[in-house]
Parts: sequence; C-alpha cells; structure tokens
Amino acid sequence: MKHTLHQIFHSGKFVLGFCIFIVILLIVMVYPVLFPYPPLAIIGQGTFFAPGIYVNAYDSVHAPKYTLNLEDAAAKRIASRLSEDDRVAMQEWLVGYGIPQGEIDINDTAQLLGLWNTHYDPKAQIPGLTNAKRNYYIRLDTALEGLLATEDAVIAVKNPETGALEAQGTIAQSDYVNVGQVANVRFLPLGTDNFGRDILTQLVAATRVSLQIGFVAGIIATLIGLTLGLLAGYIGGLVDDVIMFITNLFTVIPSFVLLILISFSIGQERRGAVTVAIVIGFTSWVWTTRAVRAQVVSLRNRDHVNLSKLSGHSIVHIILNDILPYIASYVVMALILQISSGILSEAGLSILGLGPRTTEVPTLGLMMNWAMIYQAYVLGKWWAYLPVLITIALITFSMNLMNTGLDQVFNPALRD
Amino acid sequence: MGKILLDVRDLSTKYVTRFQENVYAVDHVSLQVEEGKALGIAGESGCGKSTLALSLMGYYFPPLHYISGDIIVDGRNISRMDPDDVRRLILGREIAYIPQAAMNALNPTQKVISFIEDVIRVHDLGSSKREIYERARILFQTLGLPENVLQKYPVELSGGMKQRTVIAVAVLLSPKVLIADEPSSALDVTSQKMVIKMLMRLMEDGLVRSLIFITHELPLLYNVTDDIMVMYAGQIVEKGTAKEVVFDPLHPYAKGLMGSIIVPEEGVRGVKLTAIPGAPPNLKNPPSGCRFADRCKYVQPACRVTAVNLRELPNGRAYRCIFSEEELREAYRNG
Amino acid sequence: MADRQVCLSGTGLTKVFGFGRQKTVAVDHVDFKFYESEVVSIVGESGSGKTTLAKMLLGLLTPTEGEIYFQGQKRDISTQRKRKEYWKNIQAIFQDPFSSYNIFNKIDAVLLDCIYMRGGRRLPQAQKVALMTEACGFVNLKFEELTNKYPFELSGGQMQRLMIARIFLLKPKILIADEPTSMIDACSRATILDMLMQLRDEIGMTLIFITHDIGLAYYVSDSVYIMERGKIVEHGSADEVILNPKEAYTRRLISDVPKIYEEWDLSTV
Ligand SMILES: Nc1ncnc2c1ncn2[C@@H]1O[C@H](COP(=O)(O)OP(=O)(O)OP(=O)(O)O)[C@@H](O)[C@H]1O
Ligand SMILES: Nc1ncnc2c1ncn2[C@@H]1O[C@H](COP(=O)(O)OP(=O)(O)OP(=O)(O)O)[C@@H](O)[C@H]1O
Ligand code: SF4
Ligand SMILES: [Mg+2]
Ligand SMILES: [Mg+2]
Repeated sequence: MKHTLHQIFHSGKFVLGFCIFIVILLIVMVYPVLFPYPPLAIIGQGTFFAPGIYVNAYDSVHAPKYTLNLEDAAAKRIASRLSEDDRVAMQEWLVGYGIPQGEIDINDTAQLLGLWNTHYDPKAQIPGLTNAKRNYYIRLDTALEGLLATEDAVIAVKNPETGALEAQGTIAQSDYVNVGQVANVRFLPLGTDNFGRDILTQLVAATRVSLQIGFVAGIIATLIGLTLGLLAGYIGGLVDDVIMFITNLFTVIPSFVLLILISFSIGQERRGAVTVAIVIGFTSWVWTTRAVRAQVVSLRNRDHVNLSKLSGHSIVHIILNDILPYIASYVVMALILQISSGILSEAGLSILGLGPRTTEVPTLGLMMNWAMIYQAYVLGKWWAYLPVLITIALITFSMNLMNTGLDQVFNPALRD
Repeated sequence: MGKILLDVRDLSTKYVTRFQENVYAVDHVSLQVEEGKALGIAGESGCGKSTLALSLMGYYFPPLHYISGDIIVDGRNISRMDPDDVRRLILGREIAYIPQAAMNALNPTQKVISFIEDVIRVHDLGSSKREIYERARILFQTLGLPENVLQKYPVELSGGMKQRTVIAVAVLLSPKVLIADEPSSALDVTSQKMVIKMLMRLMEDGLVRSLIFITHELPLLYNVTDDIMVMYAGQIVEKGTAKEVVFDPLHPYAKGLMGSIIVPEEGVRGVKLTAIPGAPPNLKNPPSGCRFADRCKYVQPACRVTAVNLRELPNGRAYRCIFSEEELREAYRNG
Repeated sequence: MADRQVCLSGTGLTKVFGFGRQKTVAVDHVDFKFYESEVVSIVGESGSGKTTLAKMLLGLLTPTEGEIYFQGQKRDISTQRKRKEYWKNIQAIFQDPFSSYNIFNKIDAVLLDCIYMRGGRRLPQAQKVALMTEACGFVNLKFEELTNKYPFELSGGQMQRLMIARIFLLKPKILIADEPTSMIDACSRATILDMLMQLRDEIGMTLIFITHDIGLAYYVSDSVYIMERGKIVEHGSADEVILNPKEAYTRRLISDVPKIYEEWDLSTV
C-alpha cells in the first residue's frame, strides 16, 4: 500500500495533475474567506468592464494630495490622450487640408497642436473622408481641448441655495493621491460580465459549484456502476442477464441525449445544482458498470475467491473482501474520469440552457452560457469567457493527468 | 574455455521490508557463465533463487536494494548503472529474464502480438506493425510454435504454450544471457519436456548464447545444464558440473536434495525419502556460523563459531562446509 | 478391500464449458470411487480436466451432467449453510499459490479463517497463535517470521506450504491437493508428503492428489486414475498402473519424467 502510494507520487503525470487540482481547490476554498463578496451581486452599471483597478474618482478628489515632481508626467498625460495613431490621423487631415507634409512634425506635440487648432474645421471638405472618419475627427478635437494647459483644475461645489458654483480647491497637475488612502478602490482582475458582476468572484464560486456537481455526479455514477457491475459480475446468471440488458439499453441511447431530455422535463424551476448533479450521475453509470463487470468476471474464478468460499465466507464478505480491493484502483480511476466528465456534462447542459436555474448559483457552464448569450465573443470581451474556458480545461486536464498517472502505476504494461 | 558472458563477483542484495528490516536474500554470490553453457541454480524455496535472478540484471527497485559486488555482462560492469539505462540497454538485449509464474502475468486483454509490439517498442520505436509481425512470425517459426498463437489471447493458450510463448517473447531481441526462473515447474511433464526442448534449441541455434536455469528439480537440471549451483539461505553451498553435483554431492544439504528425488521406478514406493526436518534460518539475521547447522546431521560445535567459507577445489568445484571432501564422502558412506 | 467405506464417488460426471463452436468438454462422463483414508492420484497432462474435476468435487463448479455422492448420499449443497457444512469435510490446496491468496489480507487472516471454521472464534489470542505456530511448524515454516506479512512477501514455495498449513488446522475428511508441491524443493517435498501421510494416518483423511508427476503419484498413492482429455483412461492400484501400464498415454507420461539414471529422451515430443 505504502509502496503503491510512493509509486503514485513518483509518477510525474499524477503529481502534476494533483498539484494543479489542489491549487484549484485551495483557491476555491481560500478566496471566499479572504474576499467575502456575494458572487452574483451586480456591482457594475453597464456591461463588460475591462479588468483593472477601479479607483473611486470622488474619493480621489478628497484624498490627501502629494506633490510629486516627475519629469515625464506631462508627456505621459499627453500620450494617454493623444496616441501615435491620433497624430498620424491628424497629419493625414492636415495634409488633406492642404498643408505640405514637410511642415508637419508629428513628434512635436506643441507644433502639431498649433497647426491643428489654427486649421481644423469640422466642416472642411477633405477628399476621401468618410462619415465615420469625420466623426472621429470631431471626437478627437474635443478630447484635445486643454491638452497643453498647465493650469490647475478647480473643484467647485454647487451651492444648494443659489445654485452658483463655489470653488472648493484646486488640483495641480503634479498632485497625486495614495491609492491606499482612497476610501473606495475595487480591484477587478477579470473585470465584470454583462450584468456588471465581478467575474473573478463569480468564477471562484462557479468552480466550487461545478466541482460539487462533478463530485456528486461522479460518486453517484460510480456507486451505481460499481454496485451493478459487482452484482452482475460476481453473481452471474439471471442477475447478470437482467443488469446487462438494462446496461445495454442505456448504452444504445446516448447518455447526453437522455440527459437533455430529463433536464428538459424536470423544468427550469426545479433544476437546482444538486438535481442536475443527480441527473448527470444517473445517466452516466453505464460504462463504469461494464468496466467493473469485466474485471469482476475475470476475478471471480481466481483461486483466492475459491479459497474464501471454502473458508465459509458469505457472498457479501467475498465481494467486499476478495473482489473489491482488487478493483479499487480501477474504481478510483473511473471515479476521477466520471467527475471530470460530470463537470463537462454540466457545462454542456448549461450552454444549452438546461443547467441549474440561474438566480442562485453560478456554475462554469452557466458562465459560458451568459457569455454566449451576451455575445462576449463577438464583442471581444475575452475576460468574460476565456478564464472560464481555462478553468474547465485545467480541471479536466488535471483529472485526466492524475488518471493516466494512476493508470501507469496500476497497469505496468503501460509503463514506458 | 569459452568466453565468459556473465561474470558476477561477490554480489549481495537485500530486501527492505515495510518495517525497515533488512532481508539479506543474496549474500556474496559469485558465478560465471560461459558462452554456450547453461548454469543451473537449485535450492530450497525461499533461499533466494528468484532474488538472485532479479539481482543479476542490475535493475533494482524497492523493496530490492543493491549492497555490493560487480555484475559484468560481456565486459561491461552494470552493477552501478542508472536503472533507466539498465532497462533501456541491458534488459531484453543483454540479459533477458523470465520471471517465475510469468505466464500467468500476461495481460489477459491483450493478444500475444500486441504484447510483442509493446516489448519491441520499448526498445526501438522505429518498427512498424508489419515489421514486428514479420519478425515475430519468423521467430515463432524457428522455434516451432504455430503462427496463429500470435493472434490469440493468453486465456486461449494452454499452460505449456503460454510458457513457450513467454520464452519466445523473452528472446525476441536475442539476448546474450537468458535467465529462466522455474519455467517449467507449473507445467505437466509433457509440456515441461517441450519447454526444455525449446530452451535447448535456443542455445543450439544461438538465439541465446548462455542460459541460467532456476529450478528445484534436480533431475531436470541434470538433463538441461552443464553446471549446477546449489543455494541455501542466500549463499552458494555447492558448485560443480551437473554430474558431480548430482552423483557426488559434497555439501550435506545437496546430499539431502539428491536423496529425495522421486522417479517412477519400481521400489520407490514406501521407501523413506531423505527428509531434512526443520526450516532454513531467518534471512533477517542469519546465524554467524554455518547456516545449515540447525538441520545438519553432521553438525560440529565448530560449525557454529565463525562463518564457513566456500572451499574452492582445484577442479573448479566449490562447497561450503568445514569438512574436507574425503571426510564428507566417508560420512555419507556410513549413512 | 470390499469392506472399506466409499467416501466420495461420482457417476457420469461431465463438465462442458461454453457452447457452439467454443464448446470444451473439460470432463467427460467420469466415474470414480474414492475410499476412506485412501490416497488417490489423478494424473494427466495439462488441460486433461483434472482441476475442473477437482472443482466439481469441491462444489465450486456445478457439473453439467452426472452425480456426486458424499458418504453414500447424493451431495446436497443447495444453500449456503449446507455448503459450509460440506466444506468442513472437504478442503483443497489450489494449483497456483500465487493466485490463491488475497494480496490485501495479511497471512494471519488465512490461518485465522481456518480456526474460526473449526469453531475457534472465542479462543484466547495466545491459543490461536499456538495453533497457528504448530500448523506452520508442520510444514517447516516459522510463524513468527510470517505473521503480519503479506502474501507477496513470501516465496512461491512458502506460499504453497502455508496452504498446506491450513489443512493441518482444518483437519478435513477429504483433501484435494492440486499440484501441492510443484514449487517446493525435493527436500521439503519429502517432508511435506510425510506430514500429509501422517495426517492421513491420524484422522483417516482421504487424500486426493492431482499431479502430472507420475513419479510422485507412484510414490504416494494407493490407487491411480489416469486422465486424458476429460476421460479416465486407466485406473487401478499404483503398482498395476505404473509398473504395467496398458495405455500408450500412460507410458508416455512415464517416459516424459526427467530421469537421472536413464537417458531422458527429448526427441519424443
Ligand atoms: N518483497 C519482499 N520483501 C521482503 N522479503 C522478501 C520479498 N520477496 C522475497 N522475500 C524473501 O526473500 C527470500 C528469498 O525469496 P525468493 O523469492 O528469492 O526465493 P526463491 O528461492 O525464489 O524461492 P521459490 O523457490 O519458493 O520461488 C525469502 O525468504 C522471502 O521471504
Ligand atoms: N472457466 C473455464 N471456461 C472455459 N474453459 C475452461 C474453463 N476452465 C477450464 N477450461 C478448459 O477445460 C479444460 C480442462 O482444464 P483443467 O484446468 O481442468 O485442466 P488441468 O488438467 O487441471 O490442467 P493443468 O495441469 O494445466 O492444471 C481445458 O481445455 C481448459 O481450457
Ligand atoms: S559446516 Fe557443519 S553444519 Fe554446516 S554443513 Fe558442514 S557439517 Fe553441516
Ligand atoms: Mg522463486
Ligand atoms: Mg489444473
């Protein structure tokens, strides 16, 4: 036993899979403790906020200010508002307007802006200018306003009585606030989804639920498969015939189709995560049964089983003591596969809109479903679906790795 | 004298059990196998024959551990080689090993041919299915095995056929030394004869250049091998040509082995066999003196004092006893 | 010898495996009578149906045809209780010691099962150990060395001897020993045969040896049955069958045993 464990943990594949899985599990357990946000709370007004650190603007205004004299501050500010593409576009417009190309130096911001401010006219007819391009230039023109200004910004508050603005303070261009001193900062590493919900928090919760669904489904499928396989294989005869008939029946109907039909007939209302898990479990035991039965059939004529019979042991004792331990490693492998296929089945069902009902818990499949419905792919909002895909892939990858690792240990013929 | 293919010098190995105890199953064993010769190893069950066979290959994995000694295969010392290199370069090519009960270890869900494919692929990846099949077919033909065995599952083969198949697979890569551990003990006399015949043929055809044959059946060893080595409790106790060991055993244990041979001849019935009562010593802490002392008829107080060395006689024989040759023969004459 | 009690007998015993093209008649209308405290050998080459016959006698396989009589009466093992009762009387040593053990159980469990079967469940621990030590002693094993070990930590011969130690604890009326000494060296074999014979003399056990080694059969048995392809082709007292074999098959079996004093003719296979 110890030796086997030793071997298992010396199999590189198993260890890699195991580590990935444990890391996922740890994250799923630790994250909610550190960041107890409700996973489905809608925090963003608007859809698909990009990943980033969100600093409250109002609080920044009131936070203590520090002056930092950083040389490149102005340049960075200009760069963030006037990109290289914008400069080229401005040059294009100016050339189109009739200014010789040689006179424009797009790297000299002051000169470029000066030319632009003197010549730009939104109504000017430039050959080959599309409407979209025209609107772009109008937007660019507004954005450039005050770009080179060096004065402070004035903060004014509206007097509730007079309605007049009263200056409250100024913010110099070299004023900084310390993010730590801003009362409201929210880090959204994966942004928000179409409903404005924090994707990372949701992803962690969804991973937990999906793993639970996988475990429940896997355990149910393995238990059913194991029991039926043991009975069919060991007792044989009529019991075997009946069980194999049922198994064959389930084999010819693709289990996913069955899954879809059952999920559909249960109805949206009664489909909780547990129900879905149970349904998946009840439709995927077939191949475990077959595999277990085949193993048991080859075991039941072994002499150690005969010896156990001769020692007067009962059928239950023999099955539990003389058969089960021999197929235990096999069953563990089947369980791992069942869990990972349970997770995939849930994802498949949810993508089709047949997953658990949507108001309570997220699952990996549901997140995919939402991303799909709200066209995250088309809009290029990668943070809404890529992390989910990666998570699903990592979970199944780690489980399959563990499985091949185990297979190599238990099945020496496969060892290379 | 032919070229020495396998030269083992003072090899010691041990098992480390779950309780971290050491079982010294092979204790300072030296042996040489010449090209074209067969060496037989006999001995009581549990004396370490299988362990010696495993140790000879230089491929150690827990619970078996190497302690000391050298294994020189055709001039190359493999005793301290990296296990992975041993597996890749030595096993199957230089030394092939047929484990005890190997025939029952065949994967029941795999056809013989796919088993052969696996074996060949471990060593050279290049071969295609066709090439492997062709190679296997030719080998089976030369060994007089029916070709259709290749397409069968192990359960469809009789014990003798399975064992011969296992042997055929073992010699696929034409190893220099073939170690066969009890290849025929589980077979009936007829299949046993066929297996033996096949092994002899392998030697004659040069498919293997020398053979180490492990069994506890002296009559068999006598018919198959040139030299016989008798082991007791992890040590060599007797070494000599087959004829010498069988008809003129020196060590009391070898003598006992000889006295308990049963052959179907008149007068055997009811004759008391030489049974040696008692059990061999525990290999975890073997006695310091002669290991056979507790069961030996001729034991002397001196036997238990210090380790008894292997006496090498000028004619190449060796035995491990405090008595001289003449004294032993004298004692046996007097019963 | 007419006054001896027939202990186990069978008429027309047949076992067919599979059907259609894969049909194998492993045992084909076999008749036999084993007497009390007799040593019988069933000899035949591999695949001749010896083990199948033994398993039917043990009640581990249901015969396709034919009847088995135990102590004069038709054998009835239809319920678990009756089977348990039957197995107190008839026990076996299986052919392949490597597959006879549950590798997940320690060796002690095998021996303890035997003590329990003889109603020793309530014995104090010390007495159980004493019983097990004695049984191991019979077969030249040291119980202290074996206890707490797993079967795969023993050598083949040690496993086989432990199987025999079981019999010393169970003391059944009939013992079917399927190649009980195939992995045991000649010296220990002699000891074990002695022990089994002694046990037979003590409790009047019927010993059924199954072997391919006609030398061994000749050495130990009173009567010999020769099996070829499921049929019993020759039977009688050991001297009769082995010294004056009538069948060519029997003669071949004898000639295939490796010899020391005569030439062992390898060309005949
Ligand atoms: N895995 C193991 N762990 C500990 N001890 C072991 C292990 N395998 C074998 N042994 C011990 O090593 C000794 C030698 O065993 P080995 O299998 O080499 O004997 P053998 O001579 O081949 O016997 P046999 O003829 O019965 O096969 C025995 O005493 C055995 O108990
Ligand atoms: N469970 C089974 N299913 C199908 N065929 C079987 C089965 N068991 C045995 N047979 C066949 O029955 C025949 C007799 O087998 P059996 O094991 O009784 O022979 P045996 O005389 O004991 O041989 P051995 O000396 O090799 O043990 C063989 O041809 C075997 O292939
Ligand atoms: S050394 Fe002594 S005990 Fe050992 S075999 Fe020789 S006589 Fe017997
Ligand atoms: Mg061995
Ligand atoms: Mg058999």
